[in-house]
Amino acid sequence: MRAYLVTRILLIVPTLLGVASLVFVIMRVIPGDVALLILGGDSGQIDRAQLAAMHHRLGLDQPLPVQFGTWLAGVLRFDFGTSLWTGRPVIEELLIRLPLSLELAVLATMVAVLISIPLGMLAAVRQDTWIDYVVRVISIGGLAIPSFWAGILVILFLVVFFGWGPPLVYTPPWVDPWANFQQMVWPVLTVGYRYAAVTSRMTRSTLLEVLREDYIRTAWAKGLREGEIVIRHALKNAMLPVITLIGTEFAFLIGGLIVTETVFTLNGVGRFVVDAVAHRDYPVVQALVFVIAFGFVIVNLLIDLTYAWFDPRIRYRVIR
Amino acid sequence: MSLQYPLVHETASASLAPRRTAGDVVVNFIRTKPVGAGGGLIILAMLVVALLANALAPYDPYQGDYALQFARPSAEHWLGTDEFGRDVLTRIMYGARIALFVGFAASFGGCTLGALLGVVSAYCGGRVELLLERLIDILLAFPQLILALAVASVLGPAVQTVVVAVAIPIVPRAARVVRSAALSVKENPYVEAVHALGAARRRVVLQHIIPNVMAPYIIILTAQLGSAILAEAALSYLGLGTAEPTPSWGLMLSGSAASYAEKAPWIAVFPGIAISLGVFGFNLFGDSLRDALDPKLRRG
Repeated sequence: MRAYLVTRILLIVPTLLGVASLVFVIMRVIPGDVALLILGGDSGQIDRAQLAAMHHRLGLDQPLPVQFGTWLAGVLRFDFGTSLWTGRPVIEELLIRLPLSLELAVLATMVAVLISIPLGMLAAVRQDTWIDYVVRVISIGGLAIPSFWAGILVILFLVVFFGWGPPLVYTPPWVDPWANFQQMVWPVLTVGYRYAAVTSRMTRSTLLEVLREDYIRTAWAKGLREGEIVIRHALKNAMLPVITLIGTEFAFLIGGLIVTETVFTLNGVGRFVVDAVAHRDYPVVQALVFVIAFGFVIVNLLIDLTYAWFDPRIRYRVIR
Repeated sequence: MSLQYPLVHETASASLAPRRTAGDVVVNFIRTKPVGAGGGLIILAMLVVALLANALAPYDPYQGDYALQFARPSAEHWLGTDEFGRDVLTRIMYGARIALFVGFAASFGGCTLGALLGVVSAYCGGRVELLLERLIDILLAFPQLILALAVASVLGPAVQTVVVAVAIPIVPRAARVVRSAALSVKENPYVEAVHALGAARRRVVLQHIIPNVMAPYIIILTAQLGSAILAEAALSYLGLGTAEPTPSWGLMLSGSAASYAEKAPWIAVFPGIAISLGVFGFNLFGDSLRDALDPKLRRG
């Protein structure tokens, strides 16, 4: 187990380094100059000396490898630099917006898991009956409906029929739970529906495979009741791929956040990313991509470890 | 000595297998997978609308009529008009072209590249595998929309840009799936046998491994079609995809649509239905195709 753990953790380093280099290169390749944007943009009135001074002030006149090295050294000390656009430390800007996005992500995942696993189970147990068809249509619908459109419809519905608009300023749950609930319930359901759809499909198809295994037939032959067979014998073995999926869907969740926060005008990390790219705010984009990738890698590490914990075949394969 | 013997067993086993024409396969699919066949019907309808948009659409998708801004759905304009007085139905019909083009081009391109990487990584092993696996890890961990943002900013808003931006995130996913399939194919005794007969590596890969990973390739390809259409809509919605006045479904919902939605809900409702219905069709079809192709799920 220790050998597995060490290999698995060491492999994170090249991945994160790769992501860091990729985002660095991408941001430099994108046409556009934050210095021009700060100085007033398209008017064409900026003289070269002023532009050079601004470049110097922002550290953009350094050679690219030096810029990259400086940035990476900072990241190791949790110092992501200062935003070129607002002039405030990136970490400060990030901490304002992170609670909202984290709450949205965590609640959406919880809603999704609570809805999807029972539904997927039901569909698998009653394969090719009307229950299966209804669950599949609901879940495939969740995959088909764009979350931004669902958001538009929800807002339209609430505004037209109830004259209610979502509150604009984020209230943390520990300050006023009710205000927080009002603000978050629709975005959470919008994001959660899609997530639930993916997970319930996965639950259905892996459970179908497991239900055809020999040991399930044995369980039937022993005369166990259906509920016991499905939950105690089949579901446990079907859960591993579902857990993996919840991890890989984390990446989708980030995409979902960007779109959902745009629709519901929530001031979270997702909208921050879009704005930062538009402003060519290199340190902010680099920091956000790094943080998102870090989250993705950690979630997947935890999942792989759970996997190894549950399935001894995986942890012994590496040691051998 | 070269391997020039005709493969007798191949013809022999082919004659033993029950003969099924393409028609039989389709009829069988419709009978056993009615839901999937329904999805196929939606896809077919979308294809027809997209191909014949010129003939079917009642108006010009670009020509606005300011006298008819925000016209309610009526006999002349079935789905109403938008803020420029353009017919919503017409624009949805032309939008099907973009959705299908981006959907097919991006998922075909992304899955094919990913599948090749997966096969190479599984077959070569060693350092090549280690390197390709890290590349795939990086692509998976990189937030998809930021990648799309970057591609869109470099290449400018155009349909081709969207195809690239949508295809890149598909590559690592396809690579993962096909790699794991190729890994198990590689362990088969017949691969060892062909190696022992002195077959070149290229021949092993092209003739023995690739044909045997076609099923997962097709499954992931059809599974990605729907999400590619969805990704195109999301990118256009965020203003990173196709630009006005191109009739794209996501673009029809972006910016102005939401702010006019109270006054003219049809602008915001119908393009969304078009996206959902299209993706729904592809997903239903892909789902049933997977059930039909995966022997583990076949009812015995």
